[in-house]
Amino acid sequence: MTEKATTVNDLLKNAQELRAQVGGDFHEKVVEGIFTEAAQIADRSVTRAGEQPRFDLDRWIDRIVTDKRWGFVLMILLFTLVLWITIIGANYPSQFLSSILLDKVHPWLKAGAAAIGMPWWLDGLLIDGMYMATAWVVSVMLPPMAIFFPLFTLLEDFGYLPRVAFNLDALFRRSGAHGKQALSMMMGFGCNAAGVVATRIIDSPRERLIAIITNNFALCNGRWPTQILIATVFIGGLVPAHLAGLISAASVVGVALLGVGFTFAVSWFLSRTMLRGEVSTFSLELPPYRPPRIWQTIYTSLIDRTIYVLWRAIVFAMPAGAAIWLVANVNIASVSIAEHIINFLNPFGLLIGLNGVILLAYIVAIPANEIVIPTVLMLTVLVTGMDAGAGRGVMFDMQAGSDILNLFTAGGWTLLTAVNLMLFSLVHNPCSTTIYTIYKETGSVKWTTVAAVLPLVMGFVLTFFVTQIWQIVAAVL
Amino acid sequence: MIEKTTDKQQTKEKPSTDIRIMDSSGCEGCPAHNRANLLKLGVDMEDWDFVVALAGNPNTGKSTVFNALTGLRQHTGNWPGKTVTRAEGGFEFGEARYKMVDLPGTYSLLATSLDEQVARNFILFGQPDVTVVVVDASRLERNLNLALQVMEITDRVVICLNLIDEAKRHGLEVDERRLARDLGVPVVPTSARYNQGLDELLNAIHEVAIGEVKPKPRRVKSHSPMLKAAVERLESQVLELYPNLPNSRWVALRLLDGDEDIIRSIRNGELGELITLDELSAEQRKELTPEVV
Repeated sequence: MTEKATTVNDLLKNAQELRAQVGGDFHEKVVEGIFTEAAQIADRSVTRAGEQPRFDLDRWIDRIVTDKRWGFVLMILLFTLVLWITIIGANYPSQFLSSILLDKVHPWLKAGAAAIGMPWWLDGLLIDGMYMATAWVVSVMLPPMAIFFPLFTLLEDFGYLPRVAFNLDALFRRSGAHGKQALSMMMGFGCNAAGVVATRIIDSPRERLIAIITNNFALCNGRWPTQILIATVFIGGLVPAHLAGLISAASVVGVALLGVGFTFAVSWFLSRTMLRGEVSTFSLELPPYRPPRIWQTIYTSLIDRTIYVLWRAIVFAMPAGAAIWLVANVNIASVSIAEHIINFLNPFGLLIGLNGVILLAYIVAIPANEIVIPTVLMLTVLVTGMDAGAGRGVMFDMQAGSDILNLFTAGGWTLLTAVNLMLFSLVHNPCSTTIYTIYKETGSVKWTTVAAVLPLVMGFVLTFFVTQIWQIVAAVL
Repeated sequence: MIEKTTDKQQTKEKPSTDIRIMDSSGCEGCPAHNRANLLKLGVDMEDWDFVVALAGNPNTGKSTVFNALTGLRQHTGNWPGKTVTRAEGGFEFGEARYKMVDLPGTYSLLATSLDEQVARNFILFGQPDVTVVVVDASRLERNLNLALQVMEITDRVVICLNLIDEAKRHGLEVDERRLARDLGVPVVPTSARYNQGLDELLNAIHEVAIGEVKPKPRRVKSHSPMLKAAVERLESQVLELYPNLPNSRWVALRLLDGDEDIIRSIRNGELGELITLDELSAEQRKELTPEVV
């Protein structure tokens, strides 16, 4: 054993000596050797058939989409178009689903439960709590997801996203971050946990940490539906009907771009304070444009993303629905637990232009952002005591649009609340899955805490200032 | 427990110039026939006879090949860096069960980024029975850099010359026979997106796995004489220490380059364990396969 150990040491020592002999450019020589060899082999087996086509379509498209000015304009227009199609298209299936799940199935389940003599609390817990939370998730979230994800995946399949990364690269470098962060951010637009894992493509630990901490500013799957719904109900309602879809889409794009802006700002801040260092360079290969295989893309994005996210939402919504029903129906001193909590959170909530209901919903929704809207709706019904035949603490039947607006208005919501909710949805702590992923990737409690707490504090500060300024302006006007 | 008896069987060694992609003797040898027998196992796999690693530059369609063979639907996307972790799946072909590992796309195996380490450590320590290098036919030169590096580590390489449709579109013609002769390993032209050439690819993987085809990969020769001498000296020492190491030259090169990862694996004996791996059963080997990241 000892004999072998000395041989190992000999080998390593010898290697070190030889390394000194061959000189510092050894690595370059090896790489050069490989390159030369590869070039020779490739040269022998590749033949160029005839003349190159004079018109190169790929290069022509690239010149436009990566143009210094028009690249950005085109990017914003494309994303607005995608969201506009989503908002317009989601309305009808959403109404259809809620009319089935909420108008028909819910009364039918209630009648069934009554027929078999189910005790009221079990009936409430199962049907008014768990079933209704799930039904909300399906009818509010499924339609936008089923349209948005395939469209986004088509853009991805076509090869557009690396061009976006190319466009953003200069900005990332200027904020002291790695250009590849653009790619992990793109992944974050799907799921932040996936985005955090994707930062592995960044070599430098410093730049990787920046990318991990700021990934949360990319709006994820779970938050797009919140943005789309609130924008449709409140912002779309401000303008004439024929403009509503476009304006709502534009406001969601605005929030997403604000997220990108925060990514730059926080990267810049981190790279000048906690994570100082040099920017490393890299080469980004712009892949050729490939005609998307439309049906296959739609199929896989439905299966992979839509069903996946929906399933995750349902898994978290069912216990959350039960929990919400319980806190809404168990009373302490003749007031339900939920109302106690909401009343406790209300002063702080109102200070930052939100309310106790929203804050409680964000606590409930730590495992999954997907259930924020269902929770908010359920709690608002409870607080306003709105009774639509389904009783207190129950999410009752409503269709996307004006009914939700009426409910929110009754809950004391204003345009300011909606704007702040959209902002807070963008800037708050990551979901628990993402936090856990950050911990696994960094292995550091410190950086996990920074990544979780920093956006939350930022969210509070941001909504506080928006509220104060809004109120001052409103008072002056 | 299935012993890897097949590759110990004495098979007639074919000269490396004669790499045949398929054996077209009647229906049995016809790829279409075999393709019908391809059983996509997805992730549902208890035991496997052979491990196949899938390497390649970013955005060459590794995940598409992976999905086509395993029946999984790992998300593919037209951008580099899609697969940062390892994805695993399985398929059954020619009465053997294969486990396929989709490695992250990398340009080289020299540098130290995490994804390159994942890929390299798997090829080195995971000791796959076959490593398929997916190369982009329209960017052959750059893609061969990686293929040559993989071929330094392992002999059992199959080149999947993917995206031939795109190469054609750009007016490029690749002579795959010439390429196979130059590289000394089987080369299979495919267009995985349109399901072309996958039967031949399966056959090539199978033939290398069972030892029917023994690739004789070309090693990079164009080093200066001084370099060569240093590498040779170090290699003989490596061989003295690990007589059965299949990639002694590569290890010597890495040591000369001061590769921290390799130095560490020599210090902690991880590299020493490798040599004995061949004699272990599949089950034992599975336990030893490092959980990368």
